[in-house]
Amino acid sequence: MQDLRYAKVSTVDDAVAALQAGGSTARVLAGGTDVIVQARARTRAIDMLIDIKGIDEVLQVAFDADGGLTIGAAAPCYRIYGDADVREHYPALIDCSTLIGGTGVQGRASLGGNLCNSSPSGDSIPAMIVLEGRAEIAGPNGRRTVPVEDFCTGPGRNVLEPGELLVSIHFPAPAPNSGAAFLRFIPRNEMDIAVVNAATQLRFDGDTVSWARVSLGATAPTPLFVTAAGEALVGAALSDETIAAAAAASKAAASPIDDMRGSIKQRKHLSAVYTQRTIAIAAERARG
Amino acid sequence: MSDKIIVSATINGDPTDILVSSRDSLLEALRERAGVLGVKEGCNDGNCGACSVLLDGRLVNSCLVMAAEVEGSDVTTVEGLAEADHLHPLQQAFLEDAALQCGICTPGFLVAAKALLDENPSPSEHEIRYWLAGNLCRCTGYDKIVRAVQHAAETLQTTS
Repeated sequence: MQDLRYAKVSTVDDAVAALQAGGSTARVLAGGTDVIVQARARTRAIDMLIDIKGIDEVLQVAFDADGGLTIGAAAPCYRIYGDADVREHYPALIDCSTLIGGTGVQGRASLGGNLCNSSPSGDSIPAMIVLEGRAEIAGPNGRRTVPVEDFCTGPGRNVLEPGELLVSIHFPAPAPNSGAAFLRFIPRNEMDIAVVNAATQLRFDGDTVSWARVSLGATAPTPLFVTAAGEALVGAALSDETIAAAAAASKAAASPIDDMRGSIKQRKHLSAVYTQRTIAIAAERARG
Repeated sequence: MSDKIIVSATINGDPTDILVSSRDSLLEALRERAGVLGVKEGCNDGNCGACSVLLDGRLVNSCLVMAAEVEGSDVTTVEGLAEADHLHPLQQAFLEDAALQCGICTPGFLVAAKALLDENPSPSEHEIRYWLAGNLCRCTGYDKIVRAVQHAAETLQTTS
């Protein structure tokens, strides 16, 4: 491995100071399942890892029936899917946190790290988008929040400025009669990078869909918040027609690439199929 | 530049101080600095599970942990499974069920399976396969490994 220094911090302020002192080649270390690989393979110039796991705030998984859920940026997947409140109120986060890597990776990898790695195929990002996640960022000028759908700006790129780090992600309390789901398409059962992934959240007023959000991954330079797909569902009961319209909107929004995992044609098709399937599961969960 | 760091951790029950480089992974520190050779390097990027260890009881890939991170922690490798001359029921079952051929993946499977049985003493076949999905074996085709884990689970249930 290339030369690499290590520092552990116990406050957010110290993390910001260490990031500023370290400059552009310093990186935050949470679970390390992406950043250690990148440092070793030299795919990114990294000469300093700043371990934030000494900060209580970045390790929290805290639910409040009124305030919602706050997940610290470094809270590992196993703690998220092991949390009774998350299981009960945010099953879409269970969908994604149980299929990122294998069990050993889930012992370390965090949703915050998945977001900051900003891969177009990041498996937790579509679920966080439909759940209205807001990223809390700390930096030299204090704190700011950014909706998850605005966080990634390109493959491996995001809104974090020099000296800034992601502290936590906050999700509002689930609305009554709502449900959300995430699915990933891979050609095997486990341990692969998404060809396409998708998430949907629905809220119902009686039989009418009163609110909807749809998100797609691995279909564009960043995970997509597909507003047109949600709009196609709102104002009517779910029907074959509205679901087909949402699927068509997802297919239209997808602008994928051809690569070893899938072709443009396949990914466009899967965008529609996985929109339909996540709508069905979200609706089932909303009905309880 | 990298720094020299003394890391104090409990490795397989023994309090140990190791002098590591700040760029060492836990895998490198265990093998090259602490002489714990049961832990294997396969892919070195978190895909194969050959370097699986328990870190404070939690299954991790030691290639994706920095050595400096384990200060004050408890690390268990395959060497920590047997008690004196008695193999762990998982090790005994792997032998009896021929759940290994070349053996490189075996320490990782044993540690990963121990983590499973610690958490879930009677897992279904599906749960075993899903839990072990991050451990690759190119010899056995997995069926014998799954069977060995089932047998070890039965043994542990009847003896406990």
